[in-house]
Amino acid sequence: MSLELVLIAAAALFCVGLYGAMSQQVVVMVMMGLELMLNGVILAAGAFWWFLAPAPDGQVLLLVVITAMTVEMAMGFAVAILLHRSRRTDMTDMASDLAG
Amino acid sequence: MLETVLFAALAVLAVAAGVAVFRTDSMARASYALAASFVAVGLMLLQFRLEYIGVITVLMMVMEMAIMAIFMIMFMGMNPALMPMDMVHSKKVAASAAVGLFLLLATGILLADWPEGRAPATGNLTESLGGAVMGSKMLVMLVVSPVLFATLVSALVLANPRGRYAAYPAVPAEDDADDGGNQHGAHADDDGNHHGGHGNHGDGGHQ
Repeated sequence: MSLELVLIAAAALFCVGLYGAMSQQVVVMVMMGLELMLNGVILAAGAFWWFLAPAPDGQVLLLVVITAMTVEMAMGFAVAILLHRSRRTDMTDMASDLAG
Repeated sequence: MLETVLFAALAVLAVAAGVAVFRTDSMARASYALAASFVAVGLMLLQFRLEYIGVITVLMMVMEMAIMAIFMIMFMGMNPALMPMDMVHSKKVAASAAVGLFLLLATGILLADWPEGRAPATGNLTESLGGAVMGSKMLVMLVVSPVLFATLVSALVLANPRGRYAAYPAVPAEDDADDGGNQHGAHADDDGNHHGGHGNHGDGGHQ
């Protein structure tokens, strides 16, 4: 197991998530893409910690990333509920008021 | 060697499950696939001796995906385990961006001159994490706590259908027949309930 191998796996996860976040129309599916991107970030951060600097600071950084993921999910679900209540939809295309 | 094989298998599982999230025909299966991807990453973290982070990743994500599946069933208005779906836009642009970024990242990863010869991780790493969080990194906890609390409040405010004036009595029926009803500040929400008439105009008055 090498750092390069882990980082390539993390990059693959991040890019699959990017595809999902850019292409999906359903809000919850977009959130899944974002989750997958953060999944890759967690893996990469874990690899950096293990291979480069195995100090407690790195684990604290990972905790912050996981917290950010939790916050994103909580707000995402709240926005999905609000969107469904106000527009009767769960599609991002119906909520493009702020686009461009 | 065995460690590398195990890692490679988990990495393939994580990426394949990630791809399956956007390839499967049902949203319920998509959420299970994402949970599988997170479990694989959690097991990979265990290989790095990140026991605490790895275990909470697995536990948190399995529960989160269960909640996500419930959300999909609530919103989709169909059987999410059976109905095929292909709700995408800008498919080619998204695929090009993802593949391009992966090639860029892979090139950087393989060409970078990574440092070698780090000090090995020793001792009880979970205990040292706890010591850091409660000691030298206490500021991180102090910042994270209000952020989580603010998230709780914000999520409830966004998701709560009852505004400040929801407890007020409904507008009398005769206002419904009045063509100028809206001019008096009457406002109907999506459930057909009528609020207002108290000087609050528009949605802003309900916040």
